Amino acid sequence: MKKVEYPNLLFKFSSFVLTALLLIFTNTLSAQEDATVETEEPATETVVDLAGDPAAGRQLFNSNCAACHQLDRKAIGPALRGMAQRYEKEWLYSWIRNSQALVQAGDPIAVALFNEYNGSVMQAFPQLTDKDLDDLVAYTSQPKAEPVAATTDGGPTTSGSEGGISNTLVLGLLIVVMLMLVIMLFMVSNVLKKIAQANNVVYPDKEKTTPIWKAFIQNQFLVLVSVVFLMLAGAYYAYGFFMQVGVDQGYAPIQPIHFSHKIHSGDNQIDCNYCHSSARKSKHSGIPSLNVCMSCHENIYEYNGEVDLAEGYTKEFYDAEIQKLYAAVGWDPEERVYTGEEQPVKWERIHNLPDLAYFNHAQHVNVAGIDCQTCHGPVEEMEILYQYSPLTMGWCIDCHRTTDVDLKGNEYYEKIHAELSKKYGVEKLTAAQMGALECGKCHY
Amino acid sequence: MKNIVYIFTISIVLSLTSCSDSKSPNYQFMPNMYQSVGYEAYSEGAIFTDGQSSKLPVEGSVPRGYTPYDYVDTNEDRLRAKAELKNPLPVTEENLATGKELYGYFCSVCHGDKGDGKGILAQREKFLGIPSYADPGRVINEGGIYHVQMYGLNAMGAFTPQTTPEERWQITMHVQNLKAELEGTPKLVPVSETETEEPVTEDGTSSENEQIEE
Repeated sequence: MKKVEYPNLLFKFSSFVLTALLLIFTNTLSAQEDATVETEEPATETVVDLAGDPAAGRQLFNSNCAACHQLDRKAIGPALRGMAQRYEKEWLYSWIRNSQALVQAGDPIAVALFNEYNGSVMQAFPQLTDKDLDDLVAYTSQPKAEPVAATTDGGPTTSGSEGGISNTLVLGLLIVVMLMLVIMLFMVSNVLKKIAQANNVVYPDKEKTTPIWKAFIQNQFLVLVSVVFLMLAGAYYAYGFFMQVGVDQGYAPIQPIHFSHKIHSGDNQIDCNYCHSSARKSKHSGIPSLNVCMSCHENIYEYNGEVDLAEGYTKEFYDAEIQKLYAAVGWDPEERVYTGEEQPVKWERIHNLPDLAYFNHAQHVNVAGIDCQTCHGPVEEMEILYQYSPLTMGWCIDCHRTTDVDLKGNEYYEKIHAELSKKYGVEKLTAAQMGALECGKCHY
Repeated sequence: MKNIVYIFTISIVLSLTSCSDSKSPNYQFMPNMYQSVGYEAYSEGAIFTDGQSSKLPVEGSVPRGYTPYDYVDTNEDRLRAKAELKNPLPVTEENLATGKELYGYFCSVCHGDKGDGKGILAQREKFLGIPSYADPGRVINEGGIYHVQMYGLNAMGAFTPQTTPEERWQITMHVQNLKAELEGTPKLVPVSETETEEPVTEDGTSSENEQIEE
């Protein structure tokens, strides 16, 4: 349950100061570590006994072949590493230049290969010269780069993650130390008392005074003031508590598959409408079905972007999430076939209007042309999606009161727009002036 | 007496601070008015065997306004579509504008705003080898563009779940324009107000019928 912010303001403040101190402390540590993180060295190039230039071959590979082939993994077509060892040079070159001619000529190897990949036709590349093909062969004949890079950057990064964990660790340690100090203080005072008793030191008796709480009760004015204060404070908190009932602002549930909007719509700038395609024409913005995921993830089977070790978002973490997608949709990434064993994904719904209110995405996205971020906040920065807006009625109405409606190019309503403008004496009509505050617009 | 006061204050402080949990939803005032009696989209439905209230249409059912697509996902049919299929929509400013907008949503992330195959995903090397629309090795035309949107090709997936037939034809127009721009050939000319002729699809349905779908 999400509470109002004020009750734990003090707590937040103190923890803020603590974490700030800790951050300053740990940042200097991690800064030193950062300096040791080196750039990945490309694997040492072992030149094969072929005349080609592997670097040029890499360029050719990326621009011509990589759409369908990968080096070490079956893609649309076979893995290409070591292709020169598997086939004769003459045959290979003529296959690349025009594979269909070979298939139609009835070449047995060609026909077998063509059928193995379900008859998907490889594009002809007549423009590639012998030199180009030599380069390609040189590139694909390079031995597979050993995962040296992984171990080299594994070393410093693990210590980096310790730097991330240490924030909470140091905080816990500090609390333990504090507690120990307090206990020691008590023990010391106890010991001192005992020593004093042993030495027969007699403390002067305290004068009997009225206890402070009795004195407080006897002071009528103080009692009155504090009662009034307590009542006001109580009313303030009670109001805050009741106003947040049913408001899920900040709600960020754990989803069955960790989908990062930050990576997809932030780093990779995929439009919201790509996946939420029904937002343009339906009440619902739509949770994309998994086939939409698979239109990219048939080919993107691993994560190669930035990692956030402090939060535990490593490459292994993201790769495992992609595997979850494959398991749910029944995709065998090695054989590149759908097995048919599907498992529905139980996504947690975040934005949820009560049943008593009607909301339509198409009206807001398509007709009004409002950016998704207006209501959903900076989704492209959210690693874990949370509800940005309160979605209360007051919040809706505020926007309807202040948003001007685009009246251009709407001949059908031109007359009524003109009359409304005249009635309210304004040039631009707000949504509210068009009737967007009427009860029946949203509650029926 | 003192103990009771302590316990009371501690429990108050705990109750005020401990419950802020963003992982679970908040209390609702009147759940009966919040939660629909009927199944909402994507909600769980106890009466269904797999608990999903969202169901696939019954096998063999046809959505309203559906126009069959007579080509299957094979290379022969792709070539056949390329040769035969013509855009049923008239080239209008409106269609071109919608096509451009939709292209921005679905295509430009890989193919680039200009259609040169240098979209953001290509620049970030997530997808490699995306050809330019003007690639001389792959001469694209309207039928082929539409067919590839229907079924995908190589690393590209199908876009039937996200688009309607009408939208795919609008995207096709924009792709043709991008190709023309890259090659420096004349673009599609929008039909003026006095429409001379409206192209008709092969099976004789006019473009209006397709708009009904979805």
